[in-house]
Amino acid sequence: MASTTRKSAFIRGLIDGFPFIFVAAPFSMLFGVVASEAGLSLAQVMGFTVVVIAGAAQFTAVQLFNDLAPVWVIIAASLAVNLRMAMYSASLQPYLGALPLWQRALAAYVNFDQSYAVSIAKYDAEPDMPVVARFGYFMGSATVIVPTWFSFAYVGAVTGNVIPENWPLDFVMPVLFLSLVGPMLKTLAHLAAALTSIIVALIFGFLPSGTGLLIAAFAAMAVGAEIERRTGR
Amino acid sequence: MNYSSAEIWFIVAALGIGTYLVRFSFLGLIGDRKMPDWVLRHLRYTPVAVLPGLVAPLVLWPEATSGDPDPTRIVAATVTLAMAWWRKSLLWGVIAGMGSLLALQSIF
Repeated sequence: MASTTRKSAFIRGLIDGFPFIFVAAPFSMLFGVVASEAGLSLAQVMGFTVVVIAGAAQFTAVQLFNDLAPVWVIIAASLAVNLRMAMYSASLQPYLGALPLWQRALAAYVNFDQSYAVSIAKYDAEPDMPVVARFGYFMGSATVIVPTWFSFAYVGAVTGNVIPENWPLDFVMPVLFLSLVGPMLKTLAHLAAALTSIIVALIFGFLPSGTGLLIAAFAAMAVGAEIERRTGR
Repeated sequence: MNYSSAEIWFIVAALGIGTYLVRFSFLGLIGDRKMPDWVLRHLRYTPVAVLPGLVAPLVLWPEATSGDPDPTRIVAATVTLAMAWWRKSLLWGVIAGMGSLLALQSIF
Protein backbone atom coordinates (compact mmCIF):
# COMPACT_ATOMS: atom_id res chain seq x y z
CA MET A 1 0.00 0.00 0.00
CA ALA A 2 1.68 3.16 -1.24
CA SER A 3 -0.37 5.44 1.03
CA THR A 4 0.39 3.49 4.24
CA THR A 5 4.09 3.38 3.32
CA ARG A 6 4.05 7.12 2.76
CA LYS A 7 2.16 7.78 5.98
CA SER A 8 4.44 5.74 8.24
CA ALA A 9 7.49 7.30 6.57
CA PHE A 10 5.93 10.74 7.14
CA ILE A 11 5.62 10.00 10.86
CA ARG A 12 9.23 8.78 11.04
CA GLY A 13 10.26 12.03 9.33
CA LEU A 14 8.25 14.04 11.87
CA ILE A 15 10.03 12.31 14.76
CA ASP A 16 13.52 12.61 13.26
CA GLY A 17 12.92 16.27 12.37
CA PHE A 18 11.75 17.15 15.87
CA PRO A 19 15.18 18.07 17.39
CA PHE A 20 15.58 20.73 14.71
CA ILE A 21 12.87 22.78 16.45
CA PHE A 22 15.67 23.89 18.75
CA VAL A 23 17.57 25.20 15.72
CA ALA A 24 14.66 26.76 13.84
CA ALA A 25 12.91 28.45 16.79
CA PRO A 26 15.77 30.66 18.06
CA PHE A 27 17.07 31.33 14.55
CA SER A 28 13.69 32.49 13.25
CA MET A 29 12.89 34.45 16.40
CA LEU A 30 16.17 36.31 16.07
CA PHE A 31 15.24 37.14 12.49
CA GLY A 32 11.94 38.60 13.72
CA VAL A 33 13.84 40.72 16.25
CA VAL A 34 16.55 42.10 13.94
CA ALA A 35 14.18 42.58 10.99
CA SER A 36 11.82 44.65 13.16
CA GLU A 37 14.74 46.64 14.52
CA ALA A 38 15.81 47.33 10.91
CA GLY A 39 12.39 48.92 10.37
CA LEU A 40 10.42 46.18 8.59
CA SER A 41 6.69 46.01 9.34
CA LEU A 42 5.20 42.83 10.80
CA ALA A 43 3.72 41.98 7.38
CA GLN A 44 7.11 42.41 5.73
CA VAL A 45 8.85 40.25 8.37
CA MET A 46 6.29 37.50 7.77
CA GLY A 47 6.59 38.01 4.01
CA PHE A 48 10.30 37.23 4.17
CA THR A 49 9.72 34.30 6.51
CA VAL A 50 6.99 32.62 4.44
CA VAL A 51 7.98 33.52 0.87
CA VAL A 52 11.79 33.25 1.12
CA ILE A 53 11.89 30.67 3.98
CA ALA A 54 15.72 30.62 4.14
CA GLY A 55 17.32 31.88 7.33
CA ALA A 56 20.81 32.83 6.18
CA ALA A 57 19.46 34.68 3.13
CA GLN A 58 16.89 36.53 5.25
CA PHE A 59 19.63 37.68 7.63
CA THR A 60 21.81 38.76 4.70
CA ALA A 61 18.97 40.89 3.31
CA VAL A 62 18.34 42.59 6.66
CA GLN A 63 22.06 43.23 7.15
CA LEU A 64 22.14 44.91 3.73
CA PHE A 65 19.03 46.98 4.58
CA ASN A 66 21.02 48.32 7.53
CA ASP A 67 23.98 49.00 5.22
CA LEU A 68 21.66 50.92 2.82
CA ALA A 69 22.76 48.70 -0.09
CA PRO A 70 21.10 49.10 -3.52
CA VAL A 71 18.06 46.87 -4.14
CA TRP A 72 19.80 44.72 -6.79
CA VAL A 73 22.78 44.12 -4.45
CA ILE A 74 20.41 42.90 -1.74
CA ILE A 75 18.75 40.49 -4.14
CA ALA A 76 22.00 39.18 -5.67
CA ALA A 77 23.84 38.73 -2.37
CA SER A 78 20.93 37.00 -0.64
CA LEU A 79 20.36 34.67 -3.60
CA ALA A 80 24.06 33.78 -3.64
CA VAL A 81 23.72 32.62 -0.02
CA ASN A 82 21.07 30.15 -1.18
CA LEU A 83 23.06 28.62 -4.03
CA ARG A 84 24.09 25.68 -1.82
CA MET A 85 20.46 24.56 -2.16
CA ALA A 86 21.05 23.86 -5.85
CA MET A 87 23.52 21.24 -4.62
CA TYR A 88 20.84 19.85 -2.30
CA SER A 89 18.45 19.76 -5.25
CA ALA A 90 20.95 17.84 -7.41
CA SER A 91 21.83 15.52 -4.56
CA LEU A 92 18.14 14.69 -3.96
CA GLN A 93 17.40 14.06 -7.64
CA PRO A 94 18.63 10.42 -7.70
CA TYR A 95 16.34 9.70 -4.72
CA LEU A 96 13.23 11.77 -5.49
CA GLY A 97 13.44 12.31 -9.27
CA ALA A 98 10.87 9.58 -10.00
CA LEU A 99 8.11 11.45 -8.12
CA PRO A 100 5.30 13.22 -10.01
CA LEU A 101 6.03 16.86 -10.83
CA TRP A 102 3.66 18.30 -8.20
CA GLN A 103 5.36 16.31 -5.45
CA ARG A 104 8.80 17.43 -6.60
CA ALA A 105 7.49 21.02 -6.72
CA LEU A 106 6.17 20.70 -3.16
CA ALA A 107 9.39 19.13 -1.86
CA ALA A 108 11.37 21.97 -3.50
CA TYR A 109 9.56 24.60 -1.39
CA VAL A 110 10.72 22.91 1.82
CA ASN A 111 14.19 21.89 0.57
CA PHE A 112 16.27 23.62 3.25
CA ASP A 113 19.27 22.69 5.42
CA GLN A 114 17.38 20.73 8.10
CA SER A 115 15.00 18.71 5.91
CA TYR A 116 17.80 17.99 3.45
CA ALA A 117 20.30 16.88 6.11
CA VAL A 118 17.82 14.66 7.96
CA SER A 119 16.46 13.05 4.79
CA ILE A 120 19.73 12.48 2.92
CA ALA A 121 21.14 10.78 6.05
CA LYS A 122 18.10 8.47 6.02
CA TYR A 123 18.35 7.72 2.26
CA ASP A 124 22.05 7.02 2.74
CA ALA A 125 21.38 4.59 5.61
CA GLU A 126 18.40 2.89 3.90
CA PRO A 127 19.11 2.70 0.15
CA ASP A 128 16.17 0.34 -0.45
CA MET A 129 13.53 2.82 0.74
CA PRO A 130 10.68 3.07 -1.84
CA VAL A 131 10.34 6.47 -3.50
CA VAL A 132 6.88 7.11 -1.96
CA ALA A 133 8.40 6.53 1.48
CA ARG A 134 11.29 8.88 0.69
CA PHE A 135 8.77 11.60 -0.20
CA GLY A 136 6.73 10.98 2.97
CA TYR A 137 9.85 11.10 5.11
CA PHE A 138 11.08 14.33 3.51
CA MET A 139 7.74 16.07 3.99
CA GLY A 140 7.51 14.78 7.58
CA SER A 141 10.92 16.21 8.48
CA ALA A 142 9.92 19.58 6.98
CA THR A 143 6.48 19.62 8.62
CA VAL A 144 8.12 20.01 12.03
CA ILE A 145 10.26 22.93 10.90
CA VAL A 146 7.87 25.07 8.84
CA PRO A 147 5.28 26.00 11.53
CA THR A 148 8.13 26.60 14.00
CA TRP A 149 9.84 28.85 11.48
CA PHE A 150 6.70 30.91 10.82
CA SER A 151 5.47 31.23 14.40
CA PHE A 152 8.80 32.15 15.98
CA ALA A 153 9.48 34.91 13.43
CA TYR A 154 6.10 36.31 14.54
CA VAL A 155 7.04 35.99 18.22
CA GLY A 156 10.39 37.71 17.59
CA ALA A 157 8.79 40.58 15.67
CA VAL A 158 5.95 41.12 18.17
CA THR A 159 7.46 40.41 21.60
CA GLY A 160 11.24 40.44 21.02
CA ASN A 161 13.64 37.88 22.43
CA VAL A 162 12.01 35.35 24.80
CA ILE A 163 14.92 32.88 25.12
CA PRO A 164 17.35 33.37 28.04
CA GLU A 165 20.61 34.86 26.75
CA ASN A 166 22.87 32.33 28.48
CA TRP A 167 21.39 29.21 26.82
CA PRO A 168 24.01 27.95 24.34
CA LEU A 169 21.40 27.43 21.59
CA ASP A 170 23.88 28.63 18.95
CA PHE A 171 25.60 25.28 19.47
CA VAL A 172 22.53 23.16 18.71
CA MET A 173 22.90 23.57 14.96
CA PRO A 174 26.58 22.45 14.81
CA VAL A 175 25.80 19.51 17.12
CA LEU A 176 22.84 18.29 15.08
CA PHE A 177 24.52 18.64 11.70
CA LEU A 178 27.78 17.03 12.88
CA SER A 179 25.77 14.19 14.43
CA LEU A 180 24.06 13.61 11.07
CA VAL A 181 27.40 13.68 9.24
CA GLY A 182 29.18 11.27 11.64
CA PRO A 183 27.37 8.08 10.59
CA MET A 184 27.80 9.04 6.90
CA LEU A 185 31.61 8.91 7.16
CA LYS A 186 31.82 5.32 5.96
CA THR A 187 34.92 5.39 3.76
CA LEU A 188 38.23 7.21 3.42
CA ALA A 189 36.63 9.19 0.57
CA HIS A 190 33.84 10.48 2.84
CA LEU A 191 36.30 11.35 5.60
CA ALA A 192 38.62 13.21 3.23
CA ALA A 193 35.65 15.11 1.73
CA ALA A 194 34.47 16.20 5.20
CA LEU A 195 37.95 17.37 6.23
CA THR A 196 38.39 19.26 2.94
CA SER A 197 35.03 20.92 3.50
CA ILE A 198 36.01 22.13 6.99
CA ILE A 199 39.48 23.37 6.04
CA VAL A 200 38.48 25.17 2.83
CA ALA A 201 35.37 26.71 4.44
CA LEU A 202 37.53 28.14 7.24
CA ILE A 203 40.20 29.44 4.84
CA PHE A 204 37.62 31.18 2.65
CA GLY A 205 35.34 32.16 5.55
CA PHE A 206 36.04 35.84 4.89
CA LEU A 207 34.34 35.78 1.46
CA PRO A 208 30.81 37.28 1.38
CA SER A 209 27.45 35.57 0.83
CA GLY A 210 28.47 31.99 1.45
CA THR A 211 30.90 31.98 -1.47
CA GLY A 212 33.52 30.32 0.74
CA LEU A 213 31.11 27.46 1.49
CA LEU A 214 30.45 26.91 -2.22
CA ILE A 215 34.19 26.71 -2.95
CA ALA A 216 34.61 24.33 0.01
CA ALA A 217 31.74 22.12 -1.16
CA PHE A 218 33.01 21.83 -4.74
CA ALA A 219 36.55 21.08 -3.52
CA ALA A 220 35.28 18.47 -1.05
CA MET A 221 33.04 16.75 -3.64
CA ALA A 222 35.98 16.59 -6.06
CA VAL A 223 38.24 15.09 -3.37
CA GLY A 224 35.61 12.49 -2.37
CA ALA A 225 34.84 11.51 -5.97
CA GLU A 226 38.51 11.28 -6.94
CA ILE A 227 39.40 9.05 -3.98
CA GLU A 228 36.39 6.85 -4.77
CA ARG A 229 37.52 6.59 -8.40
CA ARG A 230 41.04 5.56 -7.40
CA THR A 231 40.22 3.20 -4.54
CA GLY A 232 36.98 1.86 -5.99
CA ARG A 233 34.91 2.68 -2.92
CA MET B 1 13.88 52.60 6.91
CA ASN B 2 15.28 54.06 3.73
CA TYR B 3 13.42 51.74 1.38
CA SER B 4 9.87 52.23 0.15
CA SER B 5 7.30 49.57 0.93
CA ALA B 6 7.15 48.70 -2.78
CA GLU B 7 10.93 48.17 -2.87
CA ILE B 8 10.82 45.83 0.11
CA TRP B 9 7.97 43.77 -1.33
CA PHE B 10 9.82 43.63 -4.65
CA ILE B 11 12.87 42.21 -2.80
CA VAL B 12 10.67 39.67 -0.98
CA ALA B 13 9.12 38.53 -4.28
CA ALA B 14 12.42 38.37 -6.17
CA LEU B 15 14.15 36.46 -3.36
CA GLY B 16 11.16 34.14 -2.97
CA ILE B 17 11.00 33.26 -6.67
CA GLY B 18 14.79 33.05 -7.04
CA THR B 19 15.21 30.85 -3.96
CA TYR B 20 12.39 28.57 -5.08
CA LEU B 21 13.96 28.14 -8.52
CA VAL B 22 17.32 27.27 -6.92
CA ARG B 23 15.61 24.63 -4.75
CA PHE B 24 13.57 23.25 -7.63
CA SER B 25 16.37 23.34 -10.24
CA PHE B 26 17.87 19.86 -10.61
CA LEU B 27 15.13 17.97 -8.80
CA GLY B 28 12.45 19.63 -10.90
CA LEU B 29 14.05 19.78 -14.34
CA ILE B 30 15.95 16.49 -14.51
CA GLY B 31 13.10 14.47 -13.05
CA ASP B 32 13.49 10.75 -13.59
CA ARG B 33 16.37 10.89 -16.09
CA LYS B 34 19.61 9.30 -14.98
CA MET B 35 22.61 11.59 -14.59
CA PRO B 36 26.06 10.48 -15.83
CA ASP B 37 28.09 8.29 -13.47
CA TRP B 38 30.76 10.91 -12.85
CA VAL B 39 28.10 13.42 -11.76
CA LEU B 40 26.48 10.87 -9.45
CA ARG B 41 29.90 10.03 -8.01
CA HIS B 42 30.34 13.70 -7.04
CA LEU B 43 26.78 14.07 -5.76
CA ARG B 44 27.21 11.14 -3.37
CA TYR B 45 29.54 13.41 -1.39
CA THR B 46 27.20 16.43 -1.23
CA PRO B 47 26.11 16.06 2.42
CA VAL B 48 29.61 15.41 3.76
CA ALA B 49 30.97 18.20 1.51
CA VAL B 50 28.45 20.90 2.52
CA LEU B 51 27.36 20.31 6.13
CA PRO B 52 30.81 20.27 7.84
CA GLY B 53 31.80 23.47 6.03
CA LEU B 54 28.45 25.05 6.94
CA VAL B 55 29.01 24.57 10.68
CA ALA B 56 32.82 24.88 10.93
CA PRO B 57 32.79 28.72 11.14
CA LEU B 58 29.95 28.57 13.72
CA VAL B 59 32.14 26.33 15.89
CA LEU B 60 35.38 28.26 15.49
CA TRP B 61 34.01 31.81 15.54
CA PRO B 62 30.73 31.59 17.51
CA GLU B 63 28.32 34.52 17.55
CA ALA B 64 27.82 33.93 21.30
CA THR B 65 31.40 35.02 22.05
CA SER B 66 31.34 37.80 19.41
CA GLY B 67 33.45 35.61 17.13
CA ASP B 68 36.28 34.81 19.55
CA PRO B 69 37.35 31.14 19.40
CA ASP B 70 35.96 29.26 22.40
CA PRO B 71 37.90 26.08 23.33
CA THR B 72 34.84 24.48 24.97
CA ARG B 73 32.88 24.69 21.69
CA ILE B 74 35.79 23.33 19.63
CA VAL B 75 36.29 20.36 21.97
CA ALA B 76 32.54 19.67 22.18
CA ALA B 77 32.17 19.76 18.38
CA THR B 78 35.05 17.30 17.97
CA VAL B 79 33.50 15.01 20.60
CA THR B 80 30.14 15.22 18.75
CA LEU B 81 31.56 14.20 15.40
CA ALA B 82 33.76 11.45 16.85
CA MET B 83 30.92 9.98 18.91
CA ALA B 84 28.36 10.11 16.08
CA TRP B 85 30.90 8.44 13.78
CA TRP B 86 31.95 5.79 16.30
CA ARG B 87 28.45 4.83 17.51
CA LYS B 88 26.93 5.43 14.02
CA SER B 89 24.19 7.32 15.82
CA LEU B 90 22.71 10.82 15.72
CA LEU B 91 21.43 10.48 19.27
CA TRP B 92 24.84 9.58 20.71
CA GLY B 93 26.39 12.53 18.90
CA VAL B 94 23.84 14.98 20.29
CA ILE B 95 24.07 13.64 23.84
CA ALA B 96 27.88 13.64 23.79
CA GLY B 97 28.07 17.07 22.14
CA MET B 98 25.60 19.01 24.29
CA GLY B 99 26.71 17.05 27.39
CA SER B 100 30.39 17.84 26.91
CA LEU B 101 29.65 21.52 26.15
CA LEU B 102 27.54 21.97 29.29
CA ALA B 103 30.08 20.03 31.39
CA LEU B 104 33.05 22.05 30.09
CA GLN B 105 31.17 25.35 30.52
CA SER B 106 30.32 24.50 34.14
CA ILE B 107 34.02 23.79 34.84
CA PHE B 108 35.62 26.74 33.02
